[in-house]
Amino acid sequence: MSPISRGTDWDFDLLERYDSAIAHVAASFGLDTYPNQIEIITSEQMLDAYATSGLPVGYPHWSYGKEFIRNEQAYRRGMQGLAYEIVINSNPCIAYLMEENTMATQALVIAHACYGHNSFFKGNHLFRQWTAADAILDYLVFARRYVMECEERRGAAAVEEVLDACHALMPHGVDRYRRPAALSLKAETVRLAEREAHRERHFNDLWRTLPERSPEIATPAACFPAEPQENILYFVEKYSPKLEPWQRELVRIVRKLAQYFYPQAQTKVMNEGWATFWHYTILNRLHEQGLVNDGFMLEFLKSHTNVTGQPAFDSPVYSGLNPYALGFAMFADLRRICERPDAEDREWFPQLAGSDWRVTLDFAMRNFKDDSFIAQYLSPRLMREFHLFAIADHTDQDALRVDSIHDEHGYRRVRKLLAQQHAQEIRVPDVQVVRFDRDGDRALTLRHLRHRGRPLTETTTQVVAHLRRLWGFAVRLETWENDVRIGDVVECPA
Amino acid sequence: MLHVIDRRPNGRGKSAVNRERFLRRYKTQIQAAVKKMIGERHLADMERGGEVRVPKKDISEPSFGFGRGGDREIVLPGNREYAVGDRIPRPKNAGGARGGNDNGQGDGEDAFVFSLSREEFMQIFFDDLELPNLARTELGRAERQKSARAGYRKTGVPANLAIVRTLSQSLARRIALGGVLARELQALESAFSVAVAVGQSDFAAEVHAQSERLARRRAGLPFLEESDLRYRNRVLRPEPIARAVMFCLMDVSASMDEEKKDLAKRFFTLLYLFLARQYGEVELIFIRHTDDAEEVDEDTFFHDTRTGGTVVSSALELAEKIRSERYARGWNVYAAQASDGDAFGADPARSARFLRERLLPATRYYTYLELAAPAVQEQASTLWAEYARVAEATGNFAMRRATEREQIYPVFRDLFRKESQ
Repeated sequence: MSPISRGTDWDFDLLERYDSAIAHVAASFGLDTYPNQIEIITSEQMLDAYATSGLPVGYPHWSYGKEFIRNEQAYRRGMQGLAYEIVINSNPCIAYLMEENTMATQALVIAHACYGHNSFFKGNHLFRQWTAADAILDYLVFARRYVMECEERRGAAAVEEVLDACHALMPHGVDRYRRPAALSLKAETVRLAEREAHRERHFNDLWRTLPERSPEIATPAACFPAEPQENILYFVEKYSPKLEPWQRELVRIVRKLAQYFYPQAQTKVMNEGWATFWHYTILNRLHEQGLVNDGFMLEFLKSHTNVTGQPAFDSPVYSGLNPYALGFAMFADLRRICERPDAEDREWFPQLAGSDWRVTLDFAMRNFKDDSFIAQYLSPRLMREFHLFAIADHTDQDALRVDSIHDEHGYRRVRKLLAQQHAQEIRVPDVQVVRFDRDGDRALTLRHLRHRGRPLTETTTQVVAHLRRLWGFAVRLETWENDVRIGDVVECPA
Repeated sequence: MLHVIDRRPNGRGKSAVNRERFLRRYKTQIQAAVKKMIGERHLADMERGGEVRVPKKDISEPSFGFGRGGDREIVLPGNREYAVGDRIPRPKNAGGARGGNDNGQGDGEDAFVFSLSREEFMQIFFDDLELPNLARTELGRAERQKSARAGYRKTGVPANLAIVRTLSQSLARRIALGGVLARELQALESAFSVAVAVGQSDFAAEVHAQSERLARRRAGLPFLEESDLRYRNRVLRPEPIARAVMFCLMDVSASMDEEKKDLAKRFFTLLYLFLARQYGEVELIFIRHTDDAEEVDEDTFFHDTRTGGTVVSSALELAEKIRSERYARGWNVYAAQASDGDAFGADPARSARFLRERLLPATRYYTYLELAAPAVQEQASTLWAEYARVAEATGNFAMRRATEREQIYPVFRDLFRKESQ
């Protein structure tokens, strides 16, 4: 077949032709996606989009302005390039493409975002469980309008104060487990009727003869909430004694946004790896079919290698593990294990070696998040390729110690540590609401469960002050480790 | 199923509102930075934007996070020489990991630096002066003749010869005339060879002679002819004068302290900014005076101190002298005078007369700012009284007293209003 296009220029007609070719290949690999919507934007619009974490609609807030200024400065001084695309987890799946991109880059981006990320959004369990792709855009529009209306009525300063406080607590505004759905009136009536029926069935007059409990014992010292609550913003929204209804709604908006981003933060390696793996696979297939020429492939490979580079820890450009590099390597390696396993793979992944790679990859994409994905699938070969090693940083030692390296004894340990490093539960400090003194001074008590002696930063006081602003009464933060209270209580009085 | 939407026409600036929020939130820091810039800058640079540094800790958004200390393990890529149990000295600056990215980010990270655009800079500058949004106002009426290019013509002076145009004319003529000759020549040559082949030698000789004549004619085509010459055409068009000269006159006698000079600088800046918006080119003349006047550069003007009495008329005379020598024609003349009004004897009356008779007729607008100490505000100076009479009699003269920065703008209010009508 002859190539779809030559040269670097793109137009709308070519975009559609590339898209249909890519869609065809993607379908042949069995990728299941939302419908796509591609939007062409300029670099300045891309900077705008950066500032609001890629969301197409956002409520006004100074922190987005700060983010915008920071990116703009960095971009104008040439310290930072712009992403080729931004993709939004919505239905239809919206991808922003920059007009400056060449045809090859546009095709790369379509394969990456519109088929890679898109199928991940649709398939991964976290996204399925926690985000409503159909509703997010409408909700964003609502949020923006609501915030702006509040500003009009209550003044921008009052709204900003609430939003600042909510932003500080955003990482602690997500549900990690589903709440039971509220009972409807009908269900509640049925439940009461059943309970009544049960009581009648098991009626025994003897119970009446038992002495009544004294009231003090009947109501044990009321501790509320009965269980510690990890979703601080939710607790504030539901129980804050002082918040006005509009403030509650603002808290709710920030909480919803935090929840929307919750799966993204936990699947960075998987999501980027999956999208990178598929743009690589799809475009290579197009090349095999003769739909793109060698020049196209060279340009594509250059962009691809740029994205998947992993500098060593002591390189001046090192900035952490590159999720694109690790994710792509893992999915590509997984395919290799399925197709061409060696003895080591058979020993480590007996159930994967020789299986159908498409089924295996699809299963991995759907059912894991970064930490479990690494714990499950990182192979010794990749640890050697990445030269992964773990160092231990312990307070009582005056030097760092190499804990384990990529060798026979270290594989499992390195893999476990790397998985933990990607676990959201470990990256965000464990701070929970333990007590709301409803009948007393209405103070709120938080508990930080310290893990392995790692303290909180000094900005903690500011966060507590923010929470105090939302709560309206005193807020205390205690630190506990191994059931022992440690250090001073951070307190912000009423 | 693919939808492609071209969002480019939607325009940028979705973040403008957020940027503005940010600027408003850190207004005090930014205002301080702008104030500092005003102090350091030259008048002519006043309109540029500028860099503002805000300490990073002031704008950080707090959240619960891990500080230094405690036990943890970190997985890193790129091991080359380490084996289990090796000890690595703890890096000084970082929270544990020996990341190369921690180098070279010392002081630079402490401040959040960003640039203010010209408009934002001006807005903050004018905020300080409580100036309403300054709309671009209509240009002055003064006109002058300016010659402008208007195509080509066949006659002209050699200096205006348009060489490329002339040569392209010549080339066209040579192609037009030479082409016909070449075709005829070709026909003759083929006739000649036919004649030679069939042995008609007489005819051949005749044809040969004819073709030689033609070849001579072709060679004789002149490279350039009179008719090829083209000259650039220039016409005179009336054009509004886009230049202005601004005279800054300041009393630098001992009674003018730094505070008053700062007020004066803002006063001059305001007029300069106004003029810079109106005219493409603004020249600045700085005249300072004690008991005699001299023309100085800007740094001396604002920062050098001198002692002596006060003779206002000396400055006015010098200004008029410079104007008539250097800016007599084709310039819009503006003047701003700042003084504390301490003038004695016959000087105020003389100054006022000179101003009314000589300087004002040649000036588009003259502003006078009297810098009074708050305590003596009630009592008008002799110069003020004399000038007040001038203001009544003429339309292009404005005067105000000011002790605070906010009072400076009203001096120009009449000027701005007048120009915008």
